[in-house]
Amino acid sequence: MPHISPAQVQSEYDAIVVGSGAAGGQTAYTLTMEGAKVLMLEAGRDYDPVKETPMFQTNDQAPLRGTGTPDKPFGFHDATVDGGWQVPGEPYTNASEDPAKQFEWWRARMLGGRTNHWGRISLRNGPYDFKAKSRDGLGFDWPFTYEEIAPYYDKVEMLIGVYGDNDGLENTPDSPPGVLQPPPAYRAAEHLGKKHMNALGIPAVAIHRAVLTRRQDGERLSKLLHPGNAKAQRVLTQAMSERAACFWATPCGRGCSIRANYQSTTVHLPPALATGNLDIVTNAMVREVTLNARDRAEGVVFIDKTTGKECRVRARVIVLAASACETVRVMLNSKSARFPQGLANSSGLLGRYIMDTVGSSLSAQIPALENLPPMNEDGAGGGHIYTPWWLYKEQLAGKLGFARGYHIEWGGGRGMPGFGTGAGLERYTRGSYGLKLKEDARRYYGSFMYFAGRGEMIANEHSRCELDPVVKDKWGIPVLRFTWHWSDHELKQAEHMERTFTEIVRAMGGVVLGRAANRRRVSESSPIEKGGRIIHEVGGAIMGESAAKSVTDQWCRTWDVPNLYLTDGAPFMGNADKNPTLTIMALAWRAADHMLAEMKKGSI
Amino acid sequence: MNFDPIRLDRRTALKWMLTAGATVALTDRPVLGQQAAAPATQGYGTDPELNKIHAPGAFWPLTMTDHQRQTSAALCALIIPAEGAVPSAADLKVHDFIDEWISSPYSDQKSDREVVLAGLAWIDLEAGKRFGKDFAKLDQAQMRAIADDICHAPDAKPELAAGARFFAKFRDLTTSGFYTTPEGMKDIGYIGNMPLAEYKGTPPEVLAKLGLA
Repeated sequence: MPHISPAQVQSEYDAIVVGSGAAGGQTAYTLTMEGAKVLMLEAGRDYDPVKETPMFQTNDQAPLRGTGTPDKPFGFHDATVDGGWQVPGEPYTNASEDPAKQFEWWRARMLGGRTNHWGRISLRNGPYDFKAKSRDGLGFDWPFTYEEIAPYYDKVEMLIGVYGDNDGLENTPDSPPGVLQPPPAYRAAEHLGKKHMNALGIPAVAIHRAVLTRRQDGERLSKLLHPGNAKAQRVLTQAMSERAACFWATPCGRGCSIRANYQSTTVHLPPALATGNLDIVTNAMVREVTLNARDRAEGVVFIDKTTGKECRVRARVIVLAASACETVRVMLNSKSARFPQGLANSSGLLGRYIMDTVGSSLSAQIPALENLPPMNEDGAGGGHIYTPWWLYKEQLAGKLGFARGYHIEWGGGRGMPGFGTGAGLERYTRGSYGLKLKEDARRYYGSFMYFAGRGEMIANEHSRCELDPVVKDKWGIPVLRFTWHWSDHELKQAEHMERTFTEIVRAMGGVVLGRAANRRRVSESSPIEKGGRIIHEVGGAIMGESAAKSVTDQWCRTWDVPNLYLTDGAPFMGNADKNPTLTIMALAWRAADHMLAEMKKGSI
Repeated sequence: MNFDPIRLDRRTALKWMLTAGATVALTDRPVLGQQAAAPATQGYGTDPELNKIHAPGAFWPLTMTDHQRQTSAALCALIIPAEGAVPSAADLKVHDFIDEWISSPYSDQKSDREVVLAGLAWIDLEAGKRFGKDFAKLDQAQMRAIADDICHAPDAKPELAAGARFFAKFRDLTTSGFYTTPEGMKDIGYIGNMPLAEYKGTPPEVLAKLGLA
């Protein structure tokens, strides 16, 4: 990809976009396709998934058989570069020693950010999710409705390619005809689980994931996405023609060299670069946003990590899309006479209301799945099925004891053997070894299933971040200090998840094996994972109806600084169980449209 | 953290020997003769090259002594022997992976290192006590006599409990090492990792077997 060095940066851009993941990628895509000149700054290194993705590597070709380590927590072949729960030289801190009050922060330092490795699960928030307070009195209402954001969900799904079905379920929106890609057929464990769940009144439908199950029709889609814009249509048609459909092998978490799944580096950035309107500087660690004499954003200051030198760049519009907490950090570090408590923080709410997803999981062994014949179950490199939340009415009637729902990501099957395959079987085998162990390994392989609940967290005042008064990173930039709190709504929800999974496993005639590892959870006795563990953190600069009670308006534009936009998860007011990435992209596209309109009007 | 594996290994080994009631003079045994080298302190970092084959030893040196490797190979072959044309775990050098594992700088593997090295020493002592030879020199029946007593921890006699914990750990490492090789993947019935034009889902005969047809 064509990239520039800090020395080649132009003197003025229409927009600077800080971050290159789902938010930065979408913002830069929309702006450049409509003709705006954009400079993208990425704190990590350049990354080319076409060349770097280990597509067919097997685990015996990796150190430690590919198992996760502190250097590569999701396994050796995971796409993440220079990231994980800790980033070397870039610490964060927690105010409390109590694991239940701590937040763990997954970051990546690479072009495309976390989109390179994410699960690609792409669920729409529903109508209830944007008006949650009106429904049950808790949390916030967003300043727009589902109907207002729906056209942007349509556009993002068409652009990135999302497989799934339309099932007509409550608060689980359908997409218009011609938008979704066809879902893949189910695996054996998925068929079996669906049968037993349905018998319990629990739905199981095709999951939505950003993976192409067939090649995109670029001619049709580009006209729908960029009506009247011949250049954008041409560029997008070409970019879509360069993406292959899934070839039903290799896990998506490694990235995808054939560009069948969505990652910013394969879907957003190639067409944006092809417009000629995008410059990218990598290894650019943004420290602060600067203001001009009229208290408008003037530019940003970044550290060129390759030289350690400070660089200044300018633009008409500044967009922070660095991931919710990193965006908050940049703003807290941007202090001025006008904003002594951090940029655009006249409300005092910057860093407040950080949310993650409630997570709890169980693994199980299912005798019915033993001794199945060999069959290829690699599939689309992730799940094909899931369970959307189904107890809306019972919940609203107050029968559950917690206010918001969860979905279940579940599955099993004959995936590629890894560290742990054939291990821990003595509970069934009375400790076989030798040829009997081999027979047992064949019998039990493919008979294990997992159930992972992903639930809504309601914004609360105690989950927040601020600048650590002492600790700085290796670039001398003050770091974040977190405080976390799970309310009873989340704790009871996690317990409900575990009861549900147990009920499903028993219905399948299976045996529950265990929870997620102790170190992932807040305590040995609780099923809930620690804050941040699901890597769905949003909030910290919430949007709203007024400058007094929020940081941005509904267009992700800060109330205090009209040419400063936050297009990542920072403006989220709630964190529905739907996983945030698709909504981040929809909001980013909508925000970018607003920037374009305001620039055209000359107001910014 | 200041971690001294040799001292810990020796202490753990001594504890086990006392538990087992071993009467062999300590200086006769290899555990206190040649020692494994210290494990690595540097990992592969946060940006290793992924699109490349990394054999054991590529990122950090292997640390077992020749004797420990021989004992490991004998255990690998006992746990997963050759079967027809399928090689044994030892034939596939799974003991190299186990050596890589216990030589790793990361904390999970470091705690396994203690169990594995002490266990390798213990099983020689046990072999010496029962048959007057090192474990790797025993015949199959003799190896099985020891393994049968430690292969299932809940059934193991109290004095063999530590040996059973070692065997369970070593067996898990052996299966992990074996089933990730091309031969092991084939043997367990994994047939993916190849591009397909189409994903057809579950075959009808499997659905029938599951009662879903």
